[in-house]
Amino acid sequence: MLRFALLRFLWAIPTLLLVIVLAFLMVHAAPGGPFDAERALPPEIEANIARAYHLDEPLPQQFARYLGGVLSGDFGPSYRYRDYSVSELIGNAVPVSMKLGALAMALAVLVGVSFGTLAALRQNSVLDRLTTGLAMTGISIPVFVIAPLFILFFAVKLQWLPASWSGSTSAWRFLLPVIALALPQIAYIARLTRASMIEVLGSDFIRTARAQGLGPAAIIRYHAMKPAMLPVLSYMGPAIAAILTGSVVVEEIFGIPGVGQFFVRGALNRDYTLVLGIVIFYAALVILLNLIVDVLYGLLDPRIRHR
Amino acid sequence: MNTGLVLPQIWKEIRRSRSITICGGILVFVAVLAVMGPLMSPHSYLTTDFDGRLIAPTLSNFHIFGTDDLGRDLFVRTLMGGQITLLVAVIASIVSLVIGVAYGAVAGYVGGHIDAIMMRAVDALYALPFIFLVILLMVVFERNFLLIFVAIGAINWLDMARIVRGQTISLKQREFVDAAKLIGVPAWRIIFRHITPNLLGVVIVYVTLTIPQAILVESFLSFLGLGVQEPQTSLGALVNGGVSHMEQAPWMLLIPAVLLAVVLLCFNFLGDGLRDFFDPRQEAK
Repeated sequence: MLRFALLRFLWAIPTLLLVIVLAFLMVHAAPGGPFDAERALPPEIEANIARAYHLDEPLPQQFARYLGGVLSGDFGPSYRYRDYSVSELIGNAVPVSMKLGALAMALAVLVGVSFGTLAALRQNSVLDRLTTGLAMTGISIPVFVIAPLFILFFAVKLQWLPASWSGSTSAWRFLLPVIALALPQIAYIARLTRASMIEVLGSDFIRTARAQGLGPAAIIRYHAMKPAMLPVLSYMGPAIAAILTGSVVVEEIFGIPGVGQFFVRGALNRDYTLVLGIVIFYAALVILLNLIVDVLYGLLDPRIRHR
Repeated sequence: MNTGLVLPQIWKEIRRSRSITICGGILVFVAVLAVMGPLMSPHSYLTTDFDGRLIAPTLSNFHIFGTDDLGRDLFVRTLMGGQITLLVAVIASIVSLVIGVAYGAVAGYVGGHIDAIMMRAVDALYALPFIFLVILLMVVFERNFLLIFVAIGAINWLDMARIVRGQTISLKQREFVDAAKLIGVPAWRIIFRHITPNLLGVVIVYVTLTIPQAILVESFLSFLGLGVQEPQTSLGALVNGGVSHMEQAPWMLLIPAVLLAVVLLCFNFLGDGLRDFFDPRQEAK
C-alpha cells in the first residue's frame, strides 16, 4: 500500500511541473509587457521596472527564479496590487474559500448519497423519478445561472437572506453560496450513487445476505454501501475541480473575498503574476486532492493497488 | 451496437424514444429560431437607444424580450447569443472529435508500449485543471475568437480518446482489417480509411455529450468576461449582463438563463438517450 501511495505521489510531481511550465510559458508569450500603460514611459524607467521585476533576464533564468520561489511558497509580487505579494493575497483569501468549498463538498456528498440510495431502493417510484429528473436538471444548469437566480429569488424578491457578503456577518451568508455551489455536485453524486447502488443491490452477495434474513437497513449499512461508494469516490477528483471552478463564479457573484474573486479580478486586470500564481495554486490543490482520492480508493478497493 | 440495422430502421427506432424526439425537436427549434429570429425582427443586435433603455418585455415596438441597459433589443441579442453559443460549441466539439478520434484510434491500433504510454499521458492530463489554463490563455491572448474554439476543444478530447481506443481495439481483430493488412495497406490508411468510419455510431453519441460541456465552458468564460467580446454576445455574456441589472430588470437575467438551461438540458437528455440507444451496456454516469 505504501508503495502504491508513493508511486502515485511520484506521478503527481511531473504533472504539477508540466502545469507550471505551461502556465509560465503562456504568460511570457503574452504580446506586450505587463507595464504597458496608455502613457509611454521613458526608456530608462521601463528598463528600471524590467530590472526590478527581473524581466530583463533570459527566459530560463527567469523560470528558474520563479520555480525556486514557488517551491518556497513565494509567487512573486502582484503587478496590480502593488503593496502585496501574490502569496499574501492568496494566503488572505484561502480561509474563506476553503470554508466555502469544504461546506459545499460535504453537503454534496451527504445529500447526493442519501437521495441516490433512496432512489435506488425504491426504483421507479415517484421519489426515484423525481430524483433522476431533478438530477439531470441539476447537472445541466451551470452554477453561474443558479447563483444569480438564487439571489434574485431569495434575496431580492423574498428578502429572506442577504444578497451580498459584506451586508451581513452572520453564518447565514454562507447558505446561498454553498447551496449554489453544491447543487450540480449533489445532482451528479445522486445519479452515480443510484446507478452503482442498483448494480450492487442486484449482485449475488446481496441476495445471499437477504436470504440470511438481513433487513434492508443492515444490508445497505454493512454490505452494499462500501462497494457502491467506489464510483462516487472516483468522481471526487472531478468534483473537486468542478467546485473550484464553481467557486470562482460563486465568489464573484456573491462578492465573497476569496481566491476565486482575486482570480477573476486578476484575469480582468491582466495581473499576470497573480493569475499565474492562482493557476499554479489551484493546479497543486487539484493534483494533491486527486492524489488523496487515489490513495483512499486504493485503501478501499484492494483490487486497484495489487495491479 | 446495432450494426445490423439499416438507416431508415434506426431512424424509426430512434423516433420511438420520447427523450430523443422531444429534446431533438426543441434543439432544432432553438437552432432555427436563433438563425431566423434576428432576420424577422426590425431591430439590430447593436443599435443602442438612449430613450429605450431597460424596457420590460412588451409587444409594442416588437421588444418581446425587452431591452438592455443600452437600449438594445434583447430578443435579437438573445438569439444572436444563442447562435454564437451553438456555433462555438459545435466547432469546439469538432476540434475535440478530431483530436480524440485520431489519438484514440492510433493508440488502440498500434497497441503495446506506445498505447500504454499514450493512455498514461491521457490519465495524467485528466488530473490537470484545464479550465484554469484556458482562462490563463484567454487572459494572455486578448480573448481571441479562434482561440476559444481550439482551447475548449482541447479540453474535451480525453473522454473521446478513451472511448475510441476501446472501440478500435475490438475492431482491429475483425476480418476486414486482416484482409486489408494482407493486401499490404499501410497502417495509417487502415486506421483512417477502414477503422475510423466504423466508429461513427459511438462517436456521434459522445459528440452529443461533448457539446453541452463545450457550451458550459464557453458560457463560463463569457460570463467571466473572458470569452466572446462586445458587441458580439453569447448566452454566458448575456447572463453576466443580466446579473448586474437583476434588481431593476430581472428579464435581462431570466431570459438568457432559461434559454441556456433549456439548451444544456436538451443536449444532455439527447446524448443520454442516444447512448442508451446505441450502447445499452454503457451505464449512465
